[in-house]
Amino acid sequence: MFNFVHKCRKKSPWIVHFDAGACNGCDIEVLACLTPVYDVERFGIINVGNPKHADVLVVTGTCNRRNARVLRNLYEQMPEPRAVVAVGACALSGGIFHECYNVLKGVDGILPVDVYVPGCAPRPEAIAEGVLMAMERVEQRSREPHSQMQAEPAEREERR
Amino acid sequence: MALKTVIPFGPQHPVLPEPIQLKLVMKDEVVQEAIPHIGYVHRGIEKAAEKMDYVQNVFLVERICGICSFLHALCYCEAIEKLLPCEVPPRARYLRVIWGELHRLQSQHLWLGLFADAFGYESLFMEFWRNRERVMDLFEKTAGSRIIISTCCIGGVRRDISDEHLEEILQTLKEVERALDHSIPALLEDYTVRKRIVGKGVLTAEKAVELGAVGPVLRASGIAEDTRMTGYAAYDELDFKPVVETAGDCYARAKVRALECYQGIELIRQAIQRLPDGEIAARPRGRPNGRVVTRVEQPRGELLYMVAANGSQKLERMRVRTPTFANVPPLVAMLPGCEFADVPVITLSIDPCISCTER
Repeated sequence: MFNFVHKCRKKSPWIVHFDAGACNGCDIEVLACLTPVYDVERFGIINVGNPKHADVLVVTGTCNRRNARVLRNLYEQMPEPRAVVAVGACALSGGIFHECYNVLKGVDGILPVDVYVPGCAPRPEAIAEGVLMAMERVEQRSREPHSQMQAEPAEREERR
Repeated sequence: MALKTVIPFGPQHPVLPEPIQLKLVMKDEVVQEAIPHIGYVHRGIEKAAEKMDYVQNVFLVERICGICSFLHALCYCEAIEKLLPCEVPPRARYLRVIWGELHRLQSQHLWLGLFADAFGYESLFMEFWRNRERVMDLFEKTAGSRIIISTCCIGGVRRDISDEHLEEILQTLKEVERALDHSIPALLEDYTVRKRIVGKGVLTAEKAVELGAVGPVLRASGIAEDTRMTGYAAYDELDFKPVVETAGDCYARAKVRALECYQGIELIRQAIQRLPDGEIAARPRGRPNGRVVTRVEQPRGELLYMVAANGSQKLERMRVRTPTFANVPPLVAMLPGCEFADVPVITLSIDPCISCTER
């Protein structure tokens, strides 16, 4: 049974996308991934609205104090094993807005990020590759004993 | 007796690409009041613009919104050019029209797709986005990037478009037009779709003016106002008439945008036909001094920049008023009385761009 779930999960990474204050550039590239020309659905990648259905959280944009809470909440609702992909220069470090007063300089201050996709805005191919790389992480994690998956994100970060 | 309930809609919702929260006060299935809550994507760009110098700011304002980045840069550059003063060469003015209209075209496609998705017509969403990729390829060919094209600079444009690429643009526009002929009737003439959007979220002309609606929302209520008529860039030398509808409902707003796709294609053709030879950029000299307001028509409506400078390298103040900001009060007026299932469609019909609004 475990093997069956494991196998299926690998074939269809479901993503949930959250815009944490991007300029929209990265968001529309994430959406463009799903449309005919790039069509990531051929890898089984589906964008779902419900965090409880998702394996991978795709975050775009600079974070601020108001949406950090929403972001954290979304992440905590996702079932283990899960992975986070930060998309775009803003999500990596705050990008051009890095000195703005309402910017937390990157998603990794809030969540443990597994894959960083650089670019302003990154190309859809790069985003799709990032999601697939994150899926490898998810796969590794699903092999880990259950107790480790339950560990706090900060602890897991150290272990890595 | 019916109870009043408050339903939070957003900030993370499948229909909303961006975080905005509407608190809906409901009585059974009917919306009584909508209270918008914003602040999820505020970055503080206006303050950052005071820290960077006026040339660097072009890159900053482009990143206010990724969907209409070129038009933000255009509006900012026009403001600085008025303050310097700096004369923009004619070829650059026409190239600005071409890139600006291409940006509008991709934005309209994006919206038409998302709108179709909001009432559950996913295959039409895919059709519009497939067509949009044709326009995106043009950006990649002419500017080297898909989203933030960074071609506008103070005094003109940074790159020229070669004759081959102009020819290619014309060819692609033909394909885009053919695809639009195919997919727009599916949106506007379909019985089921009409059931979902005709008569929903009505905004009368008086109300639209009173609440200060702009862009397609205003034009769909029967008022012929388009900032392009003020003749910035090269619009004063091109022939065009604003697209106007009178019903003021979601259908009229969709129709205005659909017809504006054709209008944009026509404007690009005119601009390419009349494109003069010559320089593409004038060298800006001196430092900006004074205070100026410039307006540009974005896909969503009128974009306004106020720039105050004091003769130094850094600006004293930059203020941006974006079309969505002006369109939120009309949205709040449209929602009461509608059913809960119509909320996503009506919200999307103003094309909310929250990252512009909150900056």
